[in-house]
Parts: sequence; structure tokens; C-alpha cells
Amino acid sequence: MTSYMPPADRIWWKVPVGRQELVWIAIALVWCLIMFAMMPYWHVYGKQNLSTEAYQTTPEKFGIKVQEMIDKYQVGEEGGIPIVKPPAGSDIYQLGRLWQWWPIFELEKDKSYRLHLSSMDWQHGWSLQPDNINLQIVPGYEMVLKITPDRAGEYGVVCNEYCGIGHHTMVGKIYVRE
Amino acid sequence: MSEFRICPDSGFYFHRSAESLMKVNAVAGVVALLVAGVLALGVVLTRWQEVHLLSPEDFYLALTAHGINALIFWIIFFEMAVLHFAASTLLRARLATPAWAWTGFLLMLVGAIMNNVAVFQGNSSVMMTSYVPMQAEPHFYLGLILFAVGALIQVFVFFGTLVVAQQEKTYEGSVPLVTFGAITAAIIAVFTIASGAIILIPTFLWSIGYISHIDAEMYRIVWWGLGHSSQQINVAAHVSIWYLLAGVLFGARPMSEKVSRTAFLLYIFFLQLACAHHILVDPGVGTEWKIFNTSYAMYLAVLASMIHGLTVPGAMEVALRKKGYSNGMFEWLRKAPWGNPVFSGMFISLVTFGFIGGITGVVMGTEQINLIIHNTIYVPAHFHATVVTGTTLTFMALTYLLIPVLFRREMILPKMARLQPYVFGGGMTVLILFMLGAGTLGVSRRHWDMDFTGAALPFEYPGMAYTLMAIGAIGGVLAIVGGAMFLLVTVGSLLVGKKLDSSAGLLQSFIGKPLARDSYTTATPETLPMAPRLTVEEHGSAGFEAPGTFVLAMLLLVTFVVYYFINWKYLASVWPLG
Repeated sequence: MTSYMPPADRIWWKVPVGRQELVWIAIALVWCLIMFAMMPYWHVYGKQNLSTEAYQTTPEKFGIKVQEMIDKYQVGEEGGIPIVKPPAGSDIYQLGRLWQWWPIFELEKDKSYRLHLSSMDWQHGWSLQPDNINLQIVPGYEMVLKITPDRAGEYGVVCNEYCGIGHHTMVGKIYVRE
Repeated sequence: MSEFRICPDSGFYFHRSAESLMKVNAVAGVVALLVAGVLALGVVLTRWQEVHLLSPEDFYLALTAHGINALIFWIIFFEMAVLHFAASTLLRARLATPAWAWTGFLLMLVGAIMNNVAVFQGNSSVMMTSYVPMQAEPHFYLGLILFAVGALIQVFVFFGTLVVAQQEKTYEGSVPLVTFGAITAAIIAVFTIASGAIILIPTFLWSIGYISHIDAEMYRIVWWGLGHSSQQINVAAHVSIWYLLAGVLFGARPMSEKVSRTAFLLYIFFLQLACAHHILVDPGVGTEWKIFNTSYAMYLAVLASMIHGLTVPGAMEVALRKKGYSNGMFEWLRKAPWGNPVFSGMFISLVTFGFIGGITGVVMGTEQINLIIHNTIYVPAHFHATVVTGTTLTFMALTYLLIPVLFRREMILPKMARLQPYVFGGGMTVLILFMLGAGTLGVSRRHWDMDFTGAALPFEYPGMAYTLMAIGAIGGVLAIVGGAMFLLVTVGSLLVGKKLDSSAGLLQSFIGKPLARDSYTTATPETLPMAPRLTVEEHGSAGFEAPGTFVLAMLLLVTFVVYYFINWKYLASVWPLG
């Protein structure tokens, strides 16, 4: 009946702490510091770090960039969506809108690309499957990150931020070729 | 004159106004839980792809209303009852300004109803997060604002009651640990509600056309000051209730007042930083900002939770060993009252919150690991472990105590009550574990159709994802049955349970019927004394008073470390990014 009564000692902060708690606090603190150190460690030695490069933009401006890239590098079409094969190392642009990811990319394995992402309307979630990389796509912001696809295959881009009634039909594609 | 009654079973003093407010807040919360639970059935049975019950319109409506009723209305109404209990009842003080408290409650009620009306009208299926620029009806936002203002008023009545208690010297020494924890929750609540006001008021003005544009990224950052911090109110509140129940059930005292209170203090300083966890894969947010904030400034809030994880069961172990259950490591735990839903609910909550909710939360809140988890169904799995098996199950356990103590009714269907925490906690744990698995396979949250029917481009999740979602859904249905059992027992007890004395019941203490007069007295309660000092300082082997708890804590740590590094390994397997 004492956890809900005033402490037995008026000066409770001077009562010595038991050994068990001290040992546990020490262990837990060390673990917390290891976890803290892991994030900067991964920035130095890990390969999966999200860049912080981003720009404010508008749907009009971003749409123009996407269209310029499509005009230059389009190689086909699937489901009414252009397939684009940009050169390795180039800037590539993909937009999210109700309810598609536009365009489809054909990329080369182990080559890097600067991927630009933005939304034309509401917020979307860029979820690369089955690799499982997930990004938040926010209208008014252009996110830039360097990607290096390291396995060939066919990838889906699922929208995983709720964006209205057709949300479940918002699927994009990325092909990675050897 | 202030009127008090003393509960003959528990010895708690109830101030008449505070008692009425506790009752109405708790009942309003339970009604919200009922709504949330019914909607949960629609959500679960739609995400179970083989059943796929609702249409997309109904599914997104149900999901929006489920989230808001469960995460906001049920929990915050109930927390208001907990705050009044922690200040007025525990400190034996009269409630400060009952009229203001009633105003606050009524605003919350109007707000909750208004928001629900907006959602059920069908044009506000914007999810609990209501991310702009997707727009809801104006009364959707206005309802939330009124609710928040009402909650803020009740929080200030809580602070006022603390001042009354101190001025009128209703207790000796410092406030009890449980009240200290409630103060922590209330301070976090002020920060939370302020964040909500900062973002929801402009959003409301935008919805009626006075403001042309709300920046979507700014909305996200400020909104999460409401969205995640409100869950931190829950953590502080339910940890306080764990201490309370340990005291009520076993006469447990904190192992160290200093350690437990410092841990609560760490919550005040660092827990709100968790807002940052939602912004980890957003455009344009700096690396240092993410590392500092998502680590709660070097995981000092995680440290606090790990401390409570030891000291709450540790306090129980010490108390039970003193009662003679001192053989071996775990006799105290084996012989604990597993048939008492107050204990079993609390203990299941403690274990699932720590082992599942805590560990998954820290892992997914790690800057880089969030890349493989953000917006997958792993996220709702995590917060069901914190908010459902953590907070909700704790509140349920407390409710079993409150039925006789606060409502003065005998509990009906005791056998069902005994089973309820296992059905609810067990079903929910199945749901959580299998949703965690499906999330690891990339399954999206807030998604009507895993088959992507009607999409221009085909995509298929692995077959295993369907299996995991189906098993999870079965767990979810079981949990909903457990929730229904809770409602049946509690609501049934309030309506038809045997009255323990004339103060029994829900309504008589505030609709003017003087039914309960004879239970109350205007005499000032005795001053709350300090806890009795321990006669002999007892220590177990090598100064370890609660060795069994220490073994459990080490088990938690090992699980934590292993699972944490498994996730780094998984992250290392995805496309290099920079």
C-alpha cells in the first residue's frame, strides 16, 4: 500500500539506491549508447543512408522535368505508362499522382542513378517491393537520392500512404537489367 | 462544503465532484472503445484478403473512425478519469473548480460526437493523421479542436487539484509515486495539446477557406507533436497505473523512489522527441536532427522505460517474497493471482508492452532501419503492442478494480472476467506478431486490397504475406471477442451488478437525485500519512532484492539486442542508397 502513499522518507532523494537497480541502469545505459552510436556508424560504414538533398518545387515545375526526361529516353510503354531507359549516372524523375507512378524505369544493375521524387497532388508513399525501401513523398518537395540497384529483376512501386479511394491501384514499376 | 465518502473495501476517499467526473469520463471512454471495437471488426475482416468484407469507401471510413475513437477518444477520456483519481482520490483532496472540469468534459463530449458525425457522413475519410492537402469537412477538425480544448481544461483542473491538496495540507511529505507519474502524463499532455492546436486550428481555417495553403511537410512535423506525444501520455499514464495496481494488489512499494521518479522525469524531458520517428524518410530533414530526436537524445527515454520495466515487476517481486513466496527465482510469479483480471491484465500488458511494443518501437525508430519499415503494416503492429496490449489492457485491468471501488457494484460474470485478459491479450498478440511479419515482407498499411485489383500494372506480394495476414486477422477477431467480453462484464456490472452500498451506480451522484447522500460526509478526510518505514532493510543475495525480475530483464535485453541487429542485417541487404 505504498506506491500510492507519500514516500516513507521525507528526503527520499537521499535514500541510497539498491545494487540491483544500479547494475540494471548501468547495463541499460550502455545499451542505449550503443544504439545511439549505431546511427552515425552506419552513416560512415553502412550503404543504406537516406540523403538529405531536397528542394521545394511545384507540380508544374516537376512535371516539366519528368516530361523532358521521357521525351529524351522513352523506349516503350506498358499499361499506358511510358518506359524510360535513362543513361547510367543520370538524373531520373518519377512523379506520384492519383493513382499512378509515372514513368516506368529500365535501369542497369550496379549502376547509380540520382532519383528525384515528388507528388503532384496528395501525399504518397513510395514503397519499392520486394526490396522493401519506403519513402514519404510530399507535394511541394522534390526529394533526391542516389540509388544503386544491385539485383536484376522486376520491382513494383506500391503506394503505401493512403491517397483516396483508388489508393490500392497505385502501382508503379522499375526494371533492373543485367 | 466538500463531501467525501470512503470506500470500505479499498480505503480510498472519493470527493463527490471528482467521483462524478471520474465516472462520466470513464464511461465516455468505454463508449468510444465500443465504437472502435465494432469498427475494428470491419477493418480486420477486410484486410483478411480471403474475406475482404468492406467496400473501399466503407473500409477507409471504418479505419479513420477506428483510429480516432481508439487512439484519441477512448484513451484520453479514460486518462481524464485517471488524472482526477491520482489527484483528488489519492491525495484526499477536493477537486478544484468542478464547474470548469464539467465544462472541459462537455467540450470533449461535443467534440468527440462532432468528429464522429463528420467521419460517418462519409466525406472525411482522411485517417487519424488527416495529412494535408487531403481535406476533411470543417467539423472534422473543429470536433478535434473542441475535444483538445476540453482535455486541456481538465488537465488544468488536475493541476489545480494538486495545488488545493498542497495548500490544504491533505498529505504529508511528497506526493505519492503514482501521482508523480500522473503529473508526468499531464505535463506531456499540455505539450501534446499545444502542438495539436498549432496545427489543427490553421487546418480548420484552411478547410473553411480562410487560409489558402498549408505546407504538407510542416503539417507532418507539427501534427506528429500531437500524434506521437499523445501516445507518450499513455505510456506515462499506464506505467503509473502499473505502480498503482502493484500497490493495491500486493502492497508493493517502489524499490527506490529516486530511481522511479527520475525515470518519469526523463519521460518529461525526452519522450516527446518521438514525434521525429515519423519524419525519418521525409524530404529535406537533416541527419543530425533525425539522430538526436529519434534517439530521444541518446535513448534517455528508452532508458527510463527499461528502468520501469525492472522496477514495476521488481516491486511486486519484493512484496510477494515478503509474503513468503520466496523459493527459487520464480515462486512469486508462479503463485501470483493469475485468476484475478486486475493482475493478469496488468502483467500481460507489462510483458507485451516491453517485449513487443518497446523493442519494435526502438528498432523502427532507428534512422536508417525506418527505410525498411515506414508505412508498412509493421507500424500498426507496433502501436497495437503499445496502445492496445499496453495502454488499453492496463486500463481494462484498472476498470476491474474500479467497478467495486468507484462504481460500488459487484462484478457480474466473474468467470468471463477472469478469462478476458487472456483472450484479449492473446488474440491481440497473435495479430501483432503476424502483422509484424507481414510488414517485414513489405505489406502496406492503410490499404484496401492486397491484390491491387484494377491497377494498370500488376504486382503480387509473396504468398506468405497472405498467410501471415490471415493468421493475424484470426488473432484480431479473437481480440475483438475479448473486447466484447470486457464490455459485457463492465457495462453489465454497472447496469445490473449488485449494489454494494447506496453510493452505487453511475448517475445518482450527479443528476441531482440525492440517493447517495448517506454515504457522504462533510468531515475533512484524515491527512494522508507517509508510507510506514521498513523496519529492517532486507536484501536478497548480493544486494539483489528481486533476482527473478533481474533474470526477466536480462531476457528482455538479449531479445532486444538480437532483434535490433537482425534488422540492421536486413537493412544491409536492400539497394544501396545515398
